[in-house]
Amino acid sequence: MTSLHLDSVSVNYNGRVAVDGFTDIIKSGEWLCVIGPNGAGKSSILRAIAGITQHTGRILVDGSPMSSRSSRRRAQLIAYVPQAPVLPSGMTGAEYVLLGRNPFVTHFGVESDNDRSTVNDVIERLDLADLAVRDVDTLSGGERQRLVIARAVAQEAPILLLDEPTSALDIGYQQQALELVDRLRREHGLTVVSAMHDLTLAGIYSDRLVLMHAGHRVADGAAEEVLRPEILSEFYGVSVRVHREDDGTIIVVPNRRSVV
Amino acid sequence: MTSKVQAQPEQKWWILSATALLVCALLLGVMIGPAGPVWWRVPLELINRLPIVRVNSGLSATDWSIIWQIRMPRVVLAALVGSTLSIAGASYQGVFRNPLVDPYLLGVAAGAGLGATIVITTNRSGTSSWFIDPLPLVAFIGGLLAVIATYLVGSRVRGEHSATTLVLAGVAVTSLATAVQTFLLQRNTDVIRQVYSWILGRLSSATWGDVRLVLPYVIVSSITLLLHRRLLDVLRVGDEEATALGVNVSRVRLAVVISATLGTAAVVSVSGLIGFVGIIVPHAVRLIVGTSYRVVLPVSLLFGAAFLIIADIPGRILDNPAETPIGVVTAFLGAPFFLLILRTRQAQK
Repeated sequence: MTSLHLDSVSVNYNGRVAVDGFTDIIKSGEWLCVIGPNGAGKSSILRAIAGITQHTGRILVDGSPMSSRSSRRRAQLIAYVPQAPVLPSGMTGAEYVLLGRNPFVTHFGVESDNDRSTVNDVIERLDLADLAVRDVDTLSGGERQRLVIARAVAQEAPILLLDEPTSALDIGYQQQALELVDRLRREHGLTVVSAMHDLTLAGIYSDRLVLMHAGHRVADGAAEEVLRPEILSEFYGVSVRVHREDDGTIIVVPNRRSVV
Repeated sequence: MTSKVQAQPEQKWWILSATALLVCALLLGVMIGPAGPVWWRVPLELINRLPIVRVNSGLSATDWSIIWQIRMPRVVLAALVGSTLSIAGASYQGVFRNPLVDPYLLGVAAGAGLGATIVITTNRSGTSSWFIDPLPLVAFIGGLLAVIATYLVGSRVRGEHSATTLVLAGVAVTSLATAVQTFLLQRNTDVIRQVYSWILGRLSSATWGDVRLVLPYVIVSSITLLLHRRLLDVLRVGDEEATALGVNVSRVRLAVVISATLGTAAVVSVSGLIGFVGIIVPHAVRLIVGTSYRVVLPVSLLFGAAFLIIADIPGRILDNPAETPIGVVTAFLGAPFFLLILRTRQAQK
């Protein structure tokens, strides 16, 4: 069980501020979803946590700062699923999932039997036996996404970062991918931070939403507190309707601009 | 249920087959030559030279000295040059994630060429009495300086070594070194032929001294590159994802570039610029054994050695006594061979 503390994290690219003083405490086992329009800084926050991009401010895992950790140690704690993952052609699904064990292999070492059995275990649990023997080039978008999540699971990190995990998937695969993450979160007590475009899905699966706009956090709370028409229209610049189902699900639908 | 990821046993078979090929090439290399004994006597004599076994090969002392002093160093040097260019090429392609990259990418060839040109144009004949031949030494230093310049320029641009910046810096440094070289040649047209023959590469004058000169660099560079073979597989997902997987990407890239460059600069300094090997061999190997660097690197090392030994044979027989430069032969043999593999692979798919 692992908590994640962001203390005034800022990211800038060649002088352009992408994230400005982001502070949050993500509790152990919580699923935080970062939403916001394009360019709001959602991905940059995740990239800063994953150690891919330079940032100022502090990022602490269970109270200890990540800046003092080696990239290998950081990867043992934080798994990252990028928006557009690269699946090298010619690799089999199993070889790809095995990459997730890199943080546990010494610099010049090779994977141990334990690493291989962990990977076989993940493949079996996520029902990927048929993909494991295939060349990743031959897989569909949904199959690729399942493999990328499997790689992150094989990493056995208590914190999972997902950047737009469903943007390339149809509605069936979207549900499948998010259900998988939800199941893993419950089974392993993972702390999940995801950036998502689909507000309805974000509301359904996360415990808490943070809305970002131009690098700042502008709203924070449960789905019904953040997914409100006046907030969304202000920061997305759209007019939307928000329905609340009997089971508490919030549905966000854009209004069609009527042609007069 | 059987496990999906095992240490692949076919990797061992590929490495064993490549080793067998290399042994055959070595034998073939010492058996064939314009002068000397009948070819079949050579293996008999080699067996005779082993402890315990005694076979009468009928070789004279002169025959043996042709084999030991002329053919052996040449074959061994061809093996060292071929293996180094191949493994360096495969490694460069790995760290730059670009299949068209060769070990000369960051300017090592142009730098070595400039170094050789400086020695030849200043006073080649005057150096014959020197204790150490300055030509390979200056070529080696020129190659290293060029790559260091590339690295420094590449790092000044953005503060970090992105692969693209480095490649562009390499192009710039190569152009600069080539320009200086051309300028020198323009002013010393009498040595153009000599410089040109160095550039085309040659193994004909190989001695055990050359072998001893490059051997330490070749060993250190090959071992370092082989140690990085698993990391090169991780790098295939890109710098960012590899970082997120815990790889210190710039450190790995620097280590691989330094080792590949040291090895390349060393072999180039004694053999000249033998083109094509660093691209063709790793690609042929990939087409046969797959894309994982865990197999590609060791098999390229072995296969590259065998390839250059075999490529060196026609040069000795054709146009005797004026030899065909090995760089011409590698291109001549390599290109059709590569096309053949490409076609058969496509037919299989």
